[in-house]
Amino acid sequence: MFLHEVIIAGFGGQGILSAGRLIAYAGMLDGREVSFFPSYGPEMRGGTANCMVVVSDEPIASPVLNSCTALIVMNNPSLEKFESYLKKDGVLITDSSLVQQKPVRNDIRHFELPATLMASDAGNKAFSNIYLVGKLIKETGIITPESFEKALYGVLSKSKHYLIPQEMEALRAGMEY
Amino acid sequence: MGERLLMKGNEVIAEAAIRAGCRHYFGYPITPQTEIAHYMAKKMPKVGGVFLQAESEVAAINMVYGAASAGKRVMTSSSSPGISLKQEGISYASGSQLPAVVVNIMRGGPGLGGIQPSQSDYFQATKGGGHGDYHMIVLAPSSVQELYELTVDAFNLADQYRMVAMILGDGVLGQMMEVVNFRDEEPIVETDKSWCACGHGMKREHNTITSIHLDPAVLEQWNINLQNKYKTICEKEQRYEIYKCDDAEIIIVAYGSVARIAKNVVQVAREEGIKVGLLRPITLWPFPVKAFEQVMDRAKAFLTVEMSSGQMLEDVMLAVNGRKPVYFTGRMGGMIPRVDDVMAKIKEIMAG
Repeated sequence: MFLHEVIIAGFGGQGILSAGRLIAYAGMLDGREVSFFPSYGPEMRGGTANCMVVVSDEPIASPVLNSCTALIVMNNPSLEKFESYLKKDGVLITDSSLVQQKPVRNDIRHFELPATLMASDAGNKAFSNIYLVGKLIKETGIITPESFEKALYGVLSKSKHYLIPQEMEALRAGMEY
Repeated sequence: MGERLLMKGNEVIAEAAIRAGCRHYFGYPITPQTEIAHYMAKKMPKVGGVFLQAESEVAAINMVYGAASAGKRVMTSSSSPGISLKQEGISYASGSQLPAVVVNIMRGGPGLGGIQPSQSDYFQATKGGGHGDYHMIVLAPSSVQELYELTVDAFNLADQYRMVAMILGDGVLGQMMEVVNFRDEEPIVETDKSWCACGHGMKREHNTITSIHLDPAVLEQWNINLQNKYKTICEKEQRYEIYKCDDAEIIIVAYGSVARIAKNVVQVAREEGIKVGLLRPITLWPFPVKAFEQVMDRAKAFLTVEMSSGQMLEDVMLAVNGRKPVYFTGRMGGMIPRVDDVMAKIKEIMAG
């Protein structure tokens, strides 16, 4: 059964929610069932932010997750909060430029990626989330790079379309890291 | 089927209202439903409608009274504390038999409470938060697709029965995004609105829309008429979903976003060999008592799960009427029940 339950967590402003929305959108374009549930309210404005995304072949029961198959983490507190949510053999991806802490579990698959550093080296710090999504695609196959590109065109306003080639470069760099 | 769109629950409510012919929206911002107002502010001018941010929730519901009196499809939306402010207006509109749609995207209370999802306004919605012997039709969607379909239905039901219909959702439903399929054309029910006060051009007697009847005999008759209408609705409009109850020994009763979590519980329980099903009320008023008759014989126990201290629980107990044991588990204040917690309760029930 094709079922991916993903939690993405970090600070507000890191593109946590937009990464989740893009994955859900791409999943929809792949013809799957999808749901996206964001944290909301004061959390969004500088505090911690997280979202829960489900991409599945079956109708989705709950969009609110108590466990997940993959977890992307962009700050230390989020690792502490969500590590226990990961199922056995689940995929943990941390932005190692920001997350110094190590997971305590050894029954998961952990990948480190200095996404924020890679993004600022490449000239656009705002794309750090895209590198992490690239790694997620590589390790889980939740969506395809092609559907992600289509999702970018679907979600971003026309005035931002000129950025898409750069974002796809970031996605591929994340996949190949 | 039309285009598949990924949309936020709140935005879908607003889009559904416009598709249902609503051209008048009056509201006041409050988390977690503000996207309804955002969407209306953006879209209403484009379809020749009115978006108005009122000076308060009280003002907004009274604007609804005015537009409904003129025979227009009209909506307001808010979240729990704001809905409390609207109660007087809802009672007046109910007394005056005015069709209108009120959306409550619930958050934790009482008082200002918090902004996280809750279901603690069940009593207020189904038992009458305002004064007097009145009811609203209360619809409880459980997905973004259902937010769309039930919002359209709410306008039809409000017009058909000349009463207030409420969409009762929560912060999860309002904030989540799912795929929605819009129909090419909405099933809009046209009703006779010759009762409305929209100008008579000196060609007929003027219509009066009021809830004041100082003669108790007249007011009693007015109430009898209302009650007869409510009785018809209880007979004709009960809606529910019965999910995997054919062989179920324990039947979870849950609505809205909690019913989604309950579907996860059904799956997990069945993987562990425990036969659990779900009875999901879609109308909270009228409460779907008919659904209970369908599952009563086989069920060993009912388990109500809510994001409240146990409000729908009372209606479940009335429907079951002592024939089977009824249990409860829930969370409050914006906490969401976990699958594990519900499973633990189920195992506790199984152990007797």
